[in-house]
Amino acid sequence: MTSKSDQTMMLRTPFHNRVAAACELNAWGTWKGYTTPTAYTDVELEYFAIRSTTGVFDLSPMNKYRITGPDAEACLNRMVTRDVSKIRVGRVGYTVWCNDAGQVMDDGTIFHLGENDYRICAFARAIDWLHWCALGFDVTIVDESDEVAALAVQGPTSCAVLLAMGLAGLEQLKPFGLTTFPFEGATLTVSRTGFTGDLGYELWIAPDRAEALWDRLFEAGKPHIIKPFGSDALDLARIEAGFLQAGVDFVPAESAVRNGRSRSPFELGLGWLVDMDKPVFNGRRALRREQAEGSRYRFAMLDVDGNKPAQHSFILKGANKVGTVTSAAWCPTAKSNVAFAQIEMPHGAVGDELVAEIYYQRELQWTRVLAPCKVIDAPVFNPPRRRAVPPGSF
Amino acid sequence: MAPVACSGRAVGCLARGLQAEPALKKYDAIVIGAGHNGLTNAAYLAKSGLDVAVLERNDYIGGATVSRELYPGWTYSNCSYVCSLLRPELARDLELPRHGLQVVPYGGGVTFKRDGDYYGNYYDHNRQYREMARHSKRDANAYERYATDVMKQTRLIRPYLLRRPPDPTSLKLRDLRDLLGFARSFTEMGEEGLADTLKFWTKSVGDYLNEYFETDVIKAHLGGTGVIGTALGVYSPGTAYVLLHHYMGDVDGNVGSWGFARGGMGAVAGALAKSFQAFGGEIICGADVDRIMVSHGKVKGVALRDGTEYRANIVVSNLDPKRTFLDVMDESDLPEDVVRKAKNFKIRGSSGKLNIALDGLPTFNGLDQNSPLMLGDMHFTDSLERLERAYDDWKEGTWSKDPYVDMLIPSQTDPTMAPPGKHMMTVFVQYAPPRINGGEWTDADKAGFEKSVIDQIAAYSPDFRDLILHCETRTPREIEAEVGLTEGNIFQGELTFDQLLFNRPFPGYAQYRGPVRGMYMCGSGTHPGGGVMAAPGANAAREILMDLRRPDVVPGGYADD
Repeated sequence: MTSKSDQTMMLRTPFHNRVAAACELNAWGTWKGYTTPTAYTDVELEYFAIRSTTGVFDLSPMNKYRITGPDAEACLNRMVTRDVSKIRVGRVGYTVWCNDAGQVMDDGTIFHLGENDYRICAFARAIDWLHWCALGFDVTIVDESDEVAALAVQGPTSCAVLLAMGLAGLEQLKPFGLTTFPFEGATLTVSRTGFTGDLGYELWIAPDRAEALWDRLFEAGKPHIIKPFGSDALDLARIEAGFLQAGVDFVPAESAVRNGRSRSPFELGLGWLVDMDKPVFNGRRALRREQAEGSRYRFAMLDVDGNKPAQHSFILKGANKVGTVTSAAWCPTAKSNVAFAQIEMPHGAVGDELVAEIYYQRELQWTRVLAPCKVIDAPVFNPPRRRAVPPGSF
Repeated sequence: MAPVACSGRAVGCLARGLQAEPALKKYDAIVIGAGHNGLTNAAYLAKSGLDVAVLERNDYIGGATVSRELYPGWTYSNCSYVCSLLRPELARDLELPRHGLQVVPYGGGVTFKRDGDYYGNYYDHNRQYREMARHSKRDANAYERYATDVMKQTRLIRPYLLRRPPDPTSLKLRDLRDLLGFARSFTEMGEEGLADTLKFWTKSVGDYLNEYFETDVIKAHLGGTGVIGTALGVYSPGTAYVLLHHYMGDVDGNVGSWGFARGGMGAVAGALAKSFQAFGGEIICGADVDRIMVSHGKVKGVALRDGTEYRANIVVSNLDPKRTFLDVMDESDLPEDVVRKAKNFKIRGSSGKLNIALDGLPTFNGLDQNSPLMLGDMHFTDSLERLERAYDDWKEGTWSKDPYVDMLIPSQTDPTMAPPGKHMMTVFVQYAPPRINGGEWTDADKAGFEKSVIDQIAAYSPDFRDLILHCETRTPREIEAEVGLTEGNIFQGELTFDQLLFNRPFPGYAQYRGPVRGMYMCGSGTHPGGGVMAAPGANAAREILMDLRRPDVVPGGYADD
């Protein structure tokens, strides 16, 4: 960063001029020091752009780190729980990483851009941790958070939009695939990734081409019904798709002050990301112990009766409190009332019938309902188009 | 009545194709008509474990919730065209999203004025206030009071949508309990609230709106929904309720919001059908029912016009009350008063429909093509007086020469309706009488009706006429012939107070049970009426299951409070 820190309180993303022009509500939030919209025009309509047409989200503030060098794979393999050697060039992998106590520090995606060349996208800032993990490895680590602008292009017509923009052959890209296109003298990287659970792509570009990318995208997208969306609509979509949000559904381990507030991958329902066959990785010993001795908590996706979102609810088994809700929403496409909860073991197995203690307000009067809920085994929204190759045009 | 397993012999007969001997397959229940209510009803009966068949006259299902491709690449919602009242409790319980249904909300609306200006009913409240204030500051402020008053009435009625209407003359415990609940809701409204309620249920929409607003175009914009589907004018008593009927739905809890069923309204019927089939139900298309067979006061099954017979001890009619009692039932099987009541039932056709494939997005005078108002319902009637005059034509036995239209371009919201950059327009038209000057609609009449609508749109959109690729025009004649709605009445009977609640379709038969044992009604002609709610079908299933002493599998309504 070149500017002195007292020049501005909030930074602007490379798309800011376009975002600000579209953000009719002036509903601004903050994301890692950047000013970003929570909503542009209407949260519901933005959400439905994601689910019915195409929605565009500026994810430039995302932390992005480049790891290069002969030991890049070994270094990442040491850091994260997944086997990085299985993420081939041109592929993206979702993973978590833990501290030595086997507690999740963050989740993110690893982009295998080329031979000995990776990018890792993370919710929390990770440069310090990356340097610690790189001890003894021949790698170069660069924080390129500000050097890469990014847009998520999500929804059933997103492939049609990008094809119309001239990204020929994109329909053959598989989920978690990665490819590049020349774009106005620069390289546009496109990955078939996203945080909405729908068909979707993420576009990565140098900041000086950001506005041009936005303009081309929205021009090509018009006949396919394209609309920008803010973080509120994204939150609704990711809950419906069953995605955890770091800082919301778990406390990044190294930022937890109180003992016992962090969670292991097993306790977040992310055990499938842990490859115990790997001989060495951060937290392995602790996770092995947890496997032997049992976890303290279980992540549960709940289907809650009624239509009152179970935000901040206690979860009861009989008269006892056995858990708390971390995220909850009425999901408009799945027509389901979904909640994510942290449940004390041994409760919360799939099929377990629990009760959500929900408080809600109508015209200043608070009401409490005890809504029966059931632990479900899969997200309520998971359309075939998310995996289809080639995806349809809508 | 115990459910009866289907006969193996009948299956054998069908397999051998013995045409001479009528099929004897016996179902637990037969539903006549694969409209959204018939399918909902059948889905719940099948969910309960019954062996259920739905008989549909057409080769396609849906009734008035239907989508068809009549011009290659374009999908029309041929009859019903927007969705709000469909009960979310039923959509969730029957897993309609998993079976392909998605309801996408759209925003706002606009009424164009003859002087070149318009009133934009923005989705966003702040912008709507500003736009109203442009016409009248006082109206903009009064709208807040109006919205609160309307919401009070929707709050009163919404809990009764997924319940059978209590019979005020019954001494049965269940009725008394329901009546008590009803009385309690009323008492809670207070004296003034009660007076408001009675006003709302009996007044004309014109008089009601005159109490709040001074601007013609605002009254006309809000008043149109008071006459949609109703052969009454804006100054006819009872039309205020019709307005309420259009406000009491919701999309994801946003009361009063409307949306499009993605892929057209046929997606509603399609998802219901899949849900029904997932419970083991059977849909038989091309099955034109001739009569409900009755013997010794009990239902025995149905006979088709081609002679095929299907046996069942329960027969549910999704048809409107006139068709049910005067067409597929034999007068000799019915009490005399039922025949009389069915004859007197008000089900007057009042509307028609144009579905238009467009080569591009039309422009409208004074409105930016990118305006959010383009996404909503559009109208060209800028005063209540013009609305009333449009009704005068109906009374004269002809279509409105200056028609009221409720027009939308859903392809701006739903990418599945037309190729990219092309558009589909749905135009609901009022008024169109069931008969022209006492005679049948002729093709010339239909052309005249179509012309009056297209001329009106073209008067406000210079490029509209040149963009038309195909137009499906439906007068009450086509609606009756293709959908089977008597006189083309979209609600299966007018939604006036004399035909609501315990009077729908008529007193003594408002709890879905017909006058013959084993015979039931589940269409929009029963409580709580039309509008693609699926509530009548679900409520009827609950009563049937109760009569069979089977557990209730039909969900109750969500509470707003």
